[in-house]
Amino acid sequence: MRALTWHGKHDVRVDTVDDPEIVKPRDAIIKITSTAICGSDLHLYDGFIPTMKAGDILGHEFMGEVVEVGARSTLKKGQRVVVPFTISCGSCYQCSKHQYSGCDNSNPADNAEIGGALYGQAMPGLFGYSHMTGGYSGGQAEYVRVPFSDVGPIVIPDGVDDDKVLFLSDILPTGWQAAEYAEIEPGDTVAVWGCGPVGLFAIQSAFLMGAERVIAIDHFPHRLELAKKFGAETINFEETAVYDALMQMTGGIGPDACIDSVGLEAHGLFLDNVIDQIKVSTFLGTDRIHALRQAILACRKGGRVSVPAVYGGFVDKFPLGAFMEKGLTMKTGQTHVQHYMPALLNAIMEEKIDTTFLISHRMPLEDAPKGYKMFHDQQNEVTKIVLKPGMAPA
Amino acid sequence: MTDTQTDDAPLATSKQTTAATHEEAGRVPDAKGGALVGRAVTINKPAAELYAYFRDFSNLATFMENVVRIDVQDDTRSHWVVKAPAGQTVEWDAIVTEDQPNRLIAWTAAEGADVPNSGRVEFREAGARGTVVEATILYDPPAGIIGKVIAKMFQREPNMQARQDLKRFKQLMETGEVATRARNHREYEEEQN
Repeated sequence: MRALTWHGKHDVRVDTVDDPEIVKPRDAIIKITSTAICGSDLHLYDGFIPTMKAGDILGHEFMGEVVEVGARSTLKKGQRVVVPFTISCGSCYQCSKHQYSGCDNSNPADNAEIGGALYGQAMPGLFGYSHMTGGYSGGQAEYVRVPFSDVGPIVIPDGVDDDKVLFLSDILPTGWQAAEYAEIEPGDTVAVWGCGPVGLFAIQSAFLMGAERVIAIDHFPHRLELAKKFGAETINFEETAVYDALMQMTGGIGPDACIDSVGLEAHGLFLDNVIDQIKVSTFLGTDRIHALRQAILACRKGGRVSVPAVYGGFVDKFPLGAFMEKGLTMKTGQTHVQHYMPALLNAIMEEKIDTTFLISHRMPLEDAPKGYKMFHDQQNEVTKIVLKPGMAPA
Repeated sequence: MTDTQTDDAPLATSKQTTAATHEEAGRVPDAKGGALVGRAVTINKPAAELYAYFRDFSNLATFMENVVRIDVQDDTRSHWVVKAPAGQTVEWDAIVTEDQPNRLIAWTAAEGADVPNSGRVEFREAGARGTVVEATILYDPPAGIIGKVIAKMFQREPNMQARQDLKRFKQLMETGEVATRARNHREYEEEQN
């Protein structure tokens, strides 16, 4: 089959590789119809992520048609499914509590060691995101092997466009979980740092959960325009003093809930932050946590801070005093995708949530290297690229 | 209260390594081995099911990475064949010294073992979380060629090997599979060797 493979910094290629097969009884093989490039894929592209190997197939946002099933899969050939980016067994203690991104069993024992050493416990397996999260082949390919296919993939009704449901795989549930973790009450003002895909979905979700106002903070004009379309008020941090503006816009109270979705492009586990730690450099330090620090300072007393942004290592100058003295609550974590998928599919079917606005480019799988370069170089214009393995070359 | 510690923590986690190992050896019947490893894992299954699978030693090669095979000779005696460098193997006979159904299995290596070792595996009910499985292993890290074998057997770090083997046991019992990244059978074969 053809697949987008990683070979090093700024070197991704479409190669011919061995097809996937059913290896374990709960597996299924999916023929990919749509697969997105995630902001976090750019960290792989930039060579920041340790434990990558030449030839690794990337991609963790994908959907397609079931073409083969193992003896214990519950899927049927011909079904269309969206697959969560986290691999979850469904039978461990965390999975039984719907804390799917804490799955104990999906990361092979030897690969799980790194996360275990860094975080105290091993992290779950992810598709196409380095060997410390399992080394599983990703979905930017014609076909993919999906382990535990009886737990993860959600079946999509006939006649619903790929573009409407593809983002159930990652960024839509991630934005939704971010808003849920902000524990929004009717009448609340919610501030969202970062208007990438997760921030934009968090804005939509916050309004659905009863927020009266959402204030969106970014510096890309196009992304702020999108936020405005969904009813958010905007702050461009290159033109405006964010803390002062937030205090004045909320009558001196501060937002009731703050969402940090700035680091979201570092989706997988951590990445540059780990490198940071290894190098004992400071390049994570100031910029990365800048949004989180600002969120904690601006948040009203007794308010909530939700962090879908990915952090992986250590941070400097965390304002613990402000956090404690103001009595804030913080909630964070990788997304429990499987938990949110059914309700969000319904919301899409009932047209309560729009996802297609995000897609700026569609291209054949063969053009994926071009797509990576565009996404990397033009963050304002390129909001989301979807690769279509079945699409004829341009 | 024990001789070496004033708290309630497992002996294998003591900073007084030598004294703790000596004391643990006093608890294992016919103890062999001067180094101590302890690990625990919680498995979302009843103790009886886990004990039954583990007690049939011919099953252990399915999740113990370096075990080539285990021949069960009678109710208490089994013959272990374990991978060593350069395609070689090391072997020993293990004898069950204590067997409490659904609760505990203890063993010791027979005289003449390439790798003297002993230990026990305990199964403790943990309510809604299933069963805590705790392994306590004493072994001798010998010098020379056998030392290299040990290094390979435990991937240089006995705690790591015990941790990984227990994690694979958990995967197998909870999901019916040992997780693999392999995309197809060719990669799976490579991974197994």
